[in-house]
Order: sequence, then structure tokens, then C-alpha cells
Amino acid sequence: MIEQLPVLVIVIPLMAAPLFVLIGNRKLVLLLTQLVCWTVFGITVSLLSRMQYGPISYELGGWPSPYGIVYNVDYLSAFVMLFVSGLGAIVITYAPKSVEREVHHSKHSLFYASYLLCMTGLLGMCITGDLFNVFVFLEISSLSSYALISLGKTRRAPLAALHYLIIGTVGATFFLIGIGLLYQMTGTLNMADIASRLQAVESSRTMLVAFAFMTVGLFIKMAVFPLHTWLPNAYTYAPSVVTCFIAATATKVSVYAFIRLIYVIFTPQFAFERLPLDSALMAFSLVGIFVASVAAIYQTNIKRLLAYSSVAQIGYMLLGISMSNVGGLTAGITHMFNHALIKGGLFMVVGCFALRIGSLKLEDLRGAGKTMPLTSFAWVVGGLGLIGVPMTAGFVSKWLLLTSALSLELWPVAVLMLLSSLLAVVYIWRVVEILYFSPASHLAKTAKEAPMAMLIPTYIVIGSTIVFGCWTVYSAGIAHAAAESLLGITQMGGVQ
Amino acid sequence: MTPENLIWIAMLLPLVAIALVFIIGEKSPNIRESCTIGISVALFWVTTRLAGFVFSGGRPSFKMGEMLPGFEIAFTVEPLGMLFALVASGLWILTTVYAIGYMRGHHEKNQTRFYACFASAIFAALAAAFAANLFTLFVAYELMTISTYPLVTHHGDEKAKKGGRIYLGILLSTSVAFFMLAIAWTWTVAGTLDFTPGGILAQPNIDGKISDFQLSVLLGLFAFGIGKAAIMPFHRWLPAAMVAPTPVSALLHAVAVVKVGVFSILKVSIYIFGIDLISETRLGEGANPIMMSDWLCYLAGATILLASLVAMTKDNLKARLAYSTVSQLAYITLGAALATSDSVIGGGMHIAMHAVGKITLFFCAGAIYVGAHKTNISDMRGLGRAMPLTMGAFLLATLSIIGLPPGGGAWSKWFLALGTVQTGHFWLLAALMVSSLLNIAYLIPIPIRAFMTPAGEAPMKFKEAPMMCVVPLCITAVGSVVLFFFGNEIYDVLLPIATSAR
Repeated sequence: MIEQLPVLVIVIPLMAAPLFVLIGNRKLVLLLTQLVCWTVFGITVSLLSRMQYGPISYELGGWPSPYGIVYNVDYLSAFVMLFVSGLGAIVITYAPKSVEREVHHSKHSLFYASYLLCMTGLLGMCITGDLFNVFVFLEISSLSSYALISLGKTRRAPLAALHYLIIGTVGATFFLIGIGLLYQMTGTLNMADIASRLQAVESSRTMLVAFAFMTVGLFIKMAVFPLHTWLPNAYTYAPSVVTCFIAATATKVSVYAFIRLIYVIFTPQFAFERLPLDSALMAFSLVGIFVASVAAIYQTNIKRLLAYSSVAQIGYMLLGISMSNVGGLTAGITHMFNHALIKGGLFMVVGCFALRIGSLKLEDLRGAGKTMPLTSFAWVVGGLGLIGVPMTAGFVSKWLLLTSALSLELWPVAVLMLLSSLLAVVYIWRVVEILYFSPASHLAKTAKEAPMAMLIPTYIVIGSTIVFGCWTVYSAGIAHAAAESLLGITQMGGVQ
Repeated sequence: MTPENLIWIAMLLPLVAIALVFIIGEKSPNIRESCTIGISVALFWVTTRLAGFVFSGGRPSFKMGEMLPGFEIAFTVEPLGMLFALVASGLWILTTVYAIGYMRGHHEKNQTRFYACFASAIFAALAAAFAANLFTLFVAYELMTISTYPLVTHHGDEKAKKGGRIYLGILLSTSVAFFMLAIAWTWTVAGTLDFTPGGILAQPNIDGKISDFQLSVLLGLFAFGIGKAAIMPFHRWLPAAMVAPTPVSALLHAVAVVKVGVFSILKVSIYIFGIDLISETRLGEGANPIMMSDWLCYLAGATILLASLVAMTKDNLKARLAYSTVSQLAYITLGAALATSDSVIGGGMHIAMHAVGKITLFFCAGAIYVGAHKTNISDMRGLGRAMPLTMGAFLLATLSIIGLPPGGGAWSKWFLALGTVQTGHFWLLAALMVSSLLNIAYLIPIPIRAFMTPAGEAPMKFKEAPMMCVVPLCITAVGSVVLFFFGNEIYDVLLPIATSAR
């Protein structure tokens, strides 16, 4: 049983989803979905806890690689799977009341089935060691997220989903083209095999093209500026629960795939020395951080504000990854985790507002600090995390990024990064002032505090941003181990 | 109890106070406030016990553990921090008593939140005072900013919102843009952030990891990054914070918040740079190379004078006191920048002297507001007859702020003046003297007019503020004079911080 855990992470939710469509009873499906999510979370915890004995390699159907598909669990994939499934589980626990209000009853079982599929896709992207399989799981998660987004209450939701579908499909296709070219050059789809055979063909132009297609494809899925245009609408018009889950996890998993691409399949030398991807990444990240943060400042819808902030935050992760040393990579990976918690938590807060106030316009949230004190306070705490105040998770990643930028003597990056984080103060505090210092709007005046069933999961996530701001053994510590093993793998790759 | 245990007990006590305040809440204000007072008394007792160990040469330390790999939350108590902790915890008792009188006399709302935030600010002050490394200090510094924001914006109106915006905006942006960068830079070149007697930057300087000029830039990042020290041009938050209820202005903007700022500057100058490194590093070629901190000395001197001049133009008493605080804080920064043993001791001493004097003045401002509902100085004519105790206390504290015997401030200014002479900064000596004159010009007329000029229309009857307000301010006024007679003791206590470097 224990050795089957890697495949169970995928099989359980993948099998459950169609089953739930058949069951159709929305109460039962909800309960079972929660059960599945927590089970998967339990499995990822046990996988991560087994990492101290070394990485796990699982051959699907007993077929040895390269004939069969291999699932690889190492520190990085186990860590990403852990927070994807963890947030998936906590968001689905938080979900019922919000889904009840925002999604039509007839669609509930479909909704939960898509949710599980989306999670399956994201977990699959993390665990698989086969490049084509990554594409398959990418499409599973993307298609299900298009469906989830289109379930939003307003009529703009299907449009936003369509917009995302078109751009997202372009991204996925680019990724597929890259895989095709790689397969043509190396004759294999197994990541480790590709890595070992790449050296011979590394200098060919086909490799450059393949790498470029895959990078751009992933950039679209990550919503890197200026390829981010799908994201604000998709986040804004999706049902609150979907936004919580997707914002917390989907872009991070694409970042994860990007890390794999650079550090495992290709080499950092290829990406950063043969190609100037590091300076390009830094430039795009910094410009993106500034542009998206400024855009966030001018938003009038709280969800859209957070969506732009997400675009900015991806920049910090990429900054860390582009540094290609242990410190920078640790910072990038840590920020994936921390930002998942912070943004997930903040969108959960927004979901509470959506439930009780029924509007997400900032002007309707005026004065909600009095009628919804707990929800509003959760916003303050989560917002402090996003700003990066000490003793919050955001500070940890900011500090790691800063110190590794300085150790590489990247002064402009360090200074710009710090300045950009001040923009977060502006857009977060604007909402805080609206919540606490403005005369109450007529919607906020009559609002009740959010139900405990939503507040408790929200506070668990928001509280964990404080916990992981003070105690980083299981965030920065694991990220550090993951970064070391990634850079260690590439060194071995260099020897071969 | 071992001194190591006393450290965490001291820091735990304000946290206990927060918990108790929240648990009891609005149900029973009397019990809530007695808890705060009880704990503040206990805290003062603990800090005095700890002071016994520290002042006799002990350096107890306590490690919390690593917050980030390589960055530890740790506490070590040395004389300067001990003095600061003593001042903060001692004045917390009086301020709590005063706050009860003020907040009730004034029917303020949200008192539970008020007392809880107050306690968390004290916690941050203690954590900063005991910090064993820059990282811990930074965490405490930021915690202080966040926990005092609800206090500054306590009234929750448009004015509070604006004041709070300036407060948070300046303090957060300077700390993130400069202070954090400076800390990371220090760590990159020195490989440690521990406060070490003699500093940690001398060796990297010799190794060529950081040039003399870069040292000067780094000092600038610290000086501006520690926005709570209110060096111009980053002083605007302090007057903006005056929208807060007066007890907040008193404890936080005369003692805890601003003193965390100047305390951090002193710590950086003494234990990160080392006063020898600052005073011996020269910039420029030729016969008269300048000290690397010269620009900061003159900036501090300019802040002293400019802030005093601005203070003269303010008719609102709290605004005038705010600018006076800006000026007085620059004295301490000056002490750190001059970097002689007398000047840093003078700076450290001024933390205590100014705290006791300024808190009295703020207490008086609040008492006048509660008792006579006056905020403008021009309306206070003849008020001395109605509020003789308050105005008498004001006069005593004024002496200390100006630096006239028998006010405690006389000593600290004396040592700062010695520092300017020792380093040959005669212009700064002149600035100190002129500043004292300006202090006289903008502070002395207030009590004089209150006592001498006849009141406007109706003759005023004796009407002091509630006893809970008046008693604390009398105690601190007497305290500011008593400190004058303990100048020697404070000097002896602080001597190790200046000599351990040698």
C-alpha cells in the first residue's frame, strides 16, 4: 500500500470525478469531494515525510522507463503537491456556503467533479516524470478550470472563460510544439532521458526553438507580464471558491513546471548562459511587478485588485528562479508556497465579503470593518503578509530574495524589489482604509459577519501565514532542500 | 530567578496583558485596567531585577530560535537596552494610570483595543531593547509600527485616516526601502548581524569588502531607514501621529516609538559600525579629510535647529511638542554620529532624560485638554490659576528639555556638547546652544503666560484634570528633576557601552 502512494495521489481524484457526476446528489458529492481532497492531502503529507529517505520513483503499471511512464517524487514535487492538495482541501471545506450562493444548484455535482479534475491535473503536472504526460495533465487542469470559471454568476464569466481558453490553448499548444521538437531530437519523452541526451544536441537550433516554445507556453499559463491578460478577468468573474483555489495553486504549478524545465530537463547553463534568459526574466519580472502593482492600485473591484497583485507576485518567484543559485531558488520556491497561502487566504476573505455583501466593488465594501470585523481583520493580516511585514510569510520570501540578490551583487534588482513591495502597501491599505475609516455603504451596513464554516478555514489559512512567517523549518527549510537537490541534479547532468 | 529567565518573563508579561485585556474586554473596564496596571508594575519589577544583573556587568542572553535559516531571534541585554527597557516599562505604569483618567474623562470608544495595542507596543519596545542582533531589532521595529497604527488612528475619522496614512507610509517605506536594504547589505559583507562590542564592520572594511565611502552610504541607509528617529526630511510622521489620543502621544511618541528609533541608531553606531570605525574613517584627500559621519552630524544639527524653528510657529500645543520631539531626537542621532565615548553616552542618557521630560509635557497637554478643553497655546493665558499643578509640572519638565539645571536634560546636553568639542565641530556646538535658546523661547512662555497673565473674561476657578491624570504628571515632573541628581550613576551605568569597544 505504502509504495502505491505516488499513484494514488492521481488515481483517487481522477476516478472519483466521473463517479461523482454519476452520483449526482449534490450533498453527497460535496461530502465525498471533501473526503477525497483530505485523503489526497494526507497522502502528500506522508509522501513529503518520506523524502528524508531519498526521492521516490514509481513505475506506472510496472513498466520500466523509458517504456512506461515514471512518477517522480522529490522534495520539490512533494512540497508543491503538499500545498496544492492542502489548499485544495481547505478551500473545499470552506466552499459549501459560497458555492450554494454563487453556483446554480443543478451544476453542483459537475462543479465538484471539475474541481477534483483540476486538482488532479495540477498534482499530475507535479508528479509525472514524462514530458508528454505533463502536457496531458496541464490540459486536464486547464480544461477543468475553464469549466469552473464559466460557472460564475455573472454573464461575463463565460466570456472570461472563453478568453482564458483561447489564450490558454495557445500556451498549451506552444508547450506541445516544444515537446514535439524535443522528442524529434532526443527520441524520448522521459525527462531524465531527455536530460541525458540533450548534451549531444544542445547546440542545435531546434533545441533553441523547442526551449523557446515551451518557455513562452508556460509563461502564458503562469501569467507572466505581458502574457497575463487572461488572468484578471478569469479571477474576477469566476466563482469565489474557484478563484481561491486557482489563484493559490494553478500559476504556481506552472512555475513548478518551468523550474523543472530549466533545472532538470535543460540546464541552467543552457538557459542562462547560452541564452540570456536570466536577464530577460529579471527585466520582465521587475517590469511586471511594477506595472501590475500600479494597475492593482487603480482597481475598483477587490477581486481584480488581487488578480493584478497575483501577476506582480509571480514576478518575485521568477526573480528568485532567474538567480540560479541555491539562495535565489530557495526564495522562489518559498515564495510559491507563501504566496499560495497569502493569496489563497485573501481570496477566501473576499469570498466571505461576496457572500455577505453580495458585491465586490470597493465602494460597497465601505465600512464593512464594523459589521464584519473578523473578516476585515483577516484581510488586514493577510494583507500584511502580502506587503511582507516581519513575522508574516511574505517577509520570509522577501528577505530570502533580498539577501540572495545582494550576495550576487544584483543591486538594482534588490532596490527595485524593495521599492516595488511598497506598492503593495498602497493597494492593500487602500482597502483597509475603505473597510475601517469610511462611512458604511448601504450594503455593508446591513451585512452580517460571515458564517463560522467559512471563517474558520479562512483563519486557518491566514493564521498559517503568521505561523510560516515565524517558523520556517517546513517552508524555507524544505525549499532549501529542494533547491539544493535541483542544483545537485544539474551538476550530475553536467558530468554525464 | 536567573537573569536569562527574567528576559523572557519580561517579554511575556505584555503579551499576558494583551490576552487579559481581550478576555475581560468591555465587560468590566475596572478589572481590565487593573490587570494592565498590575502587569505593568510586575514588568517594572522584573526589569529592575534584570537591571541589577546587567548594570553590575552581566550580559544575560536568551535565544528564541531561528526564524529563517541563519537568522536568529535572540536577545542579549546590555546597559543601553536595559536603560531603555527600564524607562519604557516604568513609564508604562504611569501612562496606564494616566490613560484611565484621560480615556474615561474623555469617553473614548474602543478602549479594549486601545489597551491591547498599547501592551503590544510595549512588547515591541522590550523586544527591540533586548535584541541581540539587527534582525531581531528589525522585526521588533516593524512590529512597533504595525501595533501602533490602530492607536494613531484611534478616533477613526477622516483626520485620523490621513494622519495614519502619513504615519504608516513614512515609517513602512523608509524601513523597507532603506533599513532592510542596509541590514541585508551588512549581512552580506560582515556575515553576521550580531550586536558586537566594537562593531562588526571594521574587519570587512580592512578586507576591502566595503570601502570607506560605502560605509558612509551604509550609515546613511541606516539613518534614513530608521525613520522613527525622525531625521529630516523623514520627520513628517511624528506631527501626523498627534491625531492620536494624548496618552498615545505621551508614551509612544515621546517614549516608545521615537526612542526605538534613536535607540536603534545608537545600537547601529556602537555595535554594528563601532564608534572607533566611525570616528577614524576619513573621507576625501588632502589636509582636512572629513569624518565619514560628518554629513549626518550636520544633518542632525540642521534638524535640531529647523525643528525648533518650526515648533515656534505652532500654536497647537501638541504640534509644538511634536516638533520639539523631532529636534530633541536629533540630539541623540547627533550623539551617535559624533561617535566619541562622551557623545554616545550623552545620547544614551538623553533617551532617559528626554523621555521623562517629554512625557510630562504631553501629560500636561492632555490634562489641559481634559480639564479645560484647550488645545491652543494662545488660549492658555491665565490657566495657571486653574491648573497650578499641571502648569507647575510643565515648568519643571521644560527645564529638563531645555537642558537647564536642575533638569535631568542638563547632563545629556553637557556630554553631547563635549562630543562636539572633542571632534572639533564647533558649528554644531553653536547649534546646540542656539537650540537651547530656541527651546526657551518656545516652551517657557507657555507656563509663564499661564501663571502671569490675567485670564481673559471670567476669572478662572481651581479646576484640575481628574486625579488619575494629575498624579502621574506630577510624578514624572519630579522624576525629571530627580534624574539630575543621578547623572553620575547613569553615566557609570552607560560607560561600558563606550569603553568595551576599546
